[in-house]
Amino acid sequence: MILPEKQITIISGHYGTGKTEFAVNLAITMAGSKKQTALVDLDIINPYFRSYERRRELESAGVKVYVTSHQGTMDIPALPPEIMSVFVNTEQQSLLDLGGDPVGAHVLGYYRPQLEQVDFDFWFVINQRRPENATVAQIRHYLQATEAISGQKVTGLVNNTHLGRETSADVILQGDAFAALVATEFNLPLIYTTVERKFVTELSGRLAGTLFPIDLYMIKPWELSNEEGGHFAWLLEK
Amino acid sequence: MAKELWKGNEAIAEAAIRAGCRCYFGYPITPQSEIPEYMSLHMPKVGGIFLQSESEVAAINMVYGASGAGARVMTSSSSPGISLKQEGISYICSAELPAVIVNVMRGGPGLGTIQPSQGDYFQATRGGGHGDYRVIVFAPANIQEVVDLMQDSFELADKYRMPVMMIMDGMIGQMMEPVEWKKPPVNPEDLPAKPWATTGTKGIHEPKAIHSLFIDPNESNDHNMRLDAKYQRIMADEQRYETSETEDAELIFVAFGTPARLARAAARLLEEEGIKAGVFRPITIWPYPYDALYQAAAQDSVKAVVTVEMNTGQMIDDVRIAVRGCKPVSFVGQAGGRVPTPQEVVAAAKSALGR
Repeated sequence: MILPEKQITIISGHYGTGKTEFAVNLAITMAGSKKQTALVDLDIINPYFRSYERRRELESAGVKVYVTSHQGTMDIPALPPEIMSVFVNTEQQSLLDLGGDPVGAHVLGYYRPQLEQVDFDFWFVINQRRPENATVAQIRHYLQATEAISGQKVTGLVNNTHLGRETSADVILQGDAFAALVATEFNLPLIYTTVERKFVTELSGRLAGTLFPIDLYMIKPWELSNEEGGHFAWLLEK
Repeated sequence: MAKELWKGNEAIAEAAIRAGCRCYFGYPITPQSEIPEYMSLHMPKVGGIFLQSESEVAAINMVYGASGAGARVMTSSSSPGISLKQEGISYICSAELPAVIVNVMRGGPGLGTIQPSQGDYFQATRGGGHGDYRVIVFAPANIQEVVDLMQDSFELADKYRMPVMMIMDGMIGQMMEPVEWKKPPVNPEDLPAKPWATTGTKGIHEPKAIHSLFIDPNESNDHNMRLDAKYQRIMADEQRYETSETEDAELIFVAFGTPARLARAAARLLEEEGIKAGVFRPITIWPYPYDALYQAAAQDSVKAVVTVEMNTGQMIDDVRIAVRGCKPVSFVGQAGGRVPTPQEVVAAAKSALGR
């Protein structure tokens, strides 16, 4: 498995593409490979379905978790000072999980002086099944606007094409082929194609992007009794 | 057409445009701000009007005006914003104008929280404004249902010349689910004429007036009685509900929106323990499906009825009216922004059954 090599990896994209699910999975995978890992929930847009909601899984996997003020329960862009530490701690690799859309990338302007001092990657997540993410032209719009607002260049694509609980192997294959086309169009590396773990065997060796297996962490409360939700027993303790 | 992944709020906006809505007036508030955001981007593309008003009070009065002029119009907000709109909703009901109003609920009272809630059940079903009036209220439980009900909402609003509300907790507005667009888009120009609309005399027609002022008490009484006759017709004809495994159930959960999904998850857990639980889900919370719920609860097999709500117990009043004391009714829920877990619902069910 190829994992991020830089001190900082920024994760951006159109809202609803599954940035957060990918970020949580990537952080847990990195920590599992003995890397000192931090995840910064930098979503200044949306108070729902935040990576910080999975801090228990993240922390028990060894990931240090940072979040915007008020534990991310308010849509105000206040940034606690401890987030600054991820730019100076060279012993640690950190993921910055941004809010959706170009507007979510605004937050990078604040960290621009810090980003000038470190090596970082800027990954853009796409999901072909999002209606505003289904053509090259639409992705060009979001990608260019994200670069313009953040003042940073995107360095790689992550294909996270899925259809929620109705994802099938075909949905992933179609998304992978589309992502390969997008990558060529923008001359960007296709870093990963994410694959829900139950499809991994079926899709191994059939994808253009490096297969990145994911487990579903951003589940909803009524899914707790499902098989997949079984390891969220802690949610019942609150 | 391939299924797409939509966020609840943007699906609401797109469904309204597809239902022929061409006027949207609103003001941003979490957790529904993606609705005006989407409208601002897409309404101009279909020749419609998006206007961010200076307040919710202004927005609802713009709805009043546009509807009076015959437009297919909607507004949306979240709980505190819907409170502000109540005066206008009362006026629109009295003036008998069609409109669709979406409430993506957050925790209250007051400023409350921006996390999901169902605290506005009383407000929606009893009328949050002044005077004798009702609005039809749909309570979808998933994004596909939101989309499917949107065209019906506009059609019922036109049919009965009154506002139709769609209420859902913030979770439904914010989550992502697959959506299939089943119905063809409506061209507003193909809609039936509205002979009552104030579209100008053009020097030919008699002037028309739309108002809610009836100073003469006799005239006012007649107006109220006529409106009430309309509400009675709606109560007879427009109830909608869904049942899941209620036949021969030992316990009936009653829930609308998201808690209905929690209740179904809880019913599956109970089944593993040999307890047969069914879910009765009102889709219209006004008119409330009282008789259908009574039929389900009155079965010999049923020992208890449990309502599951994201508030401190509001719909339970309607459940008690429906059940008419034939079975014990109890409540489980969380308020102010928390979502109950299926396991909490299971515990309440067992307690209701004395186990």
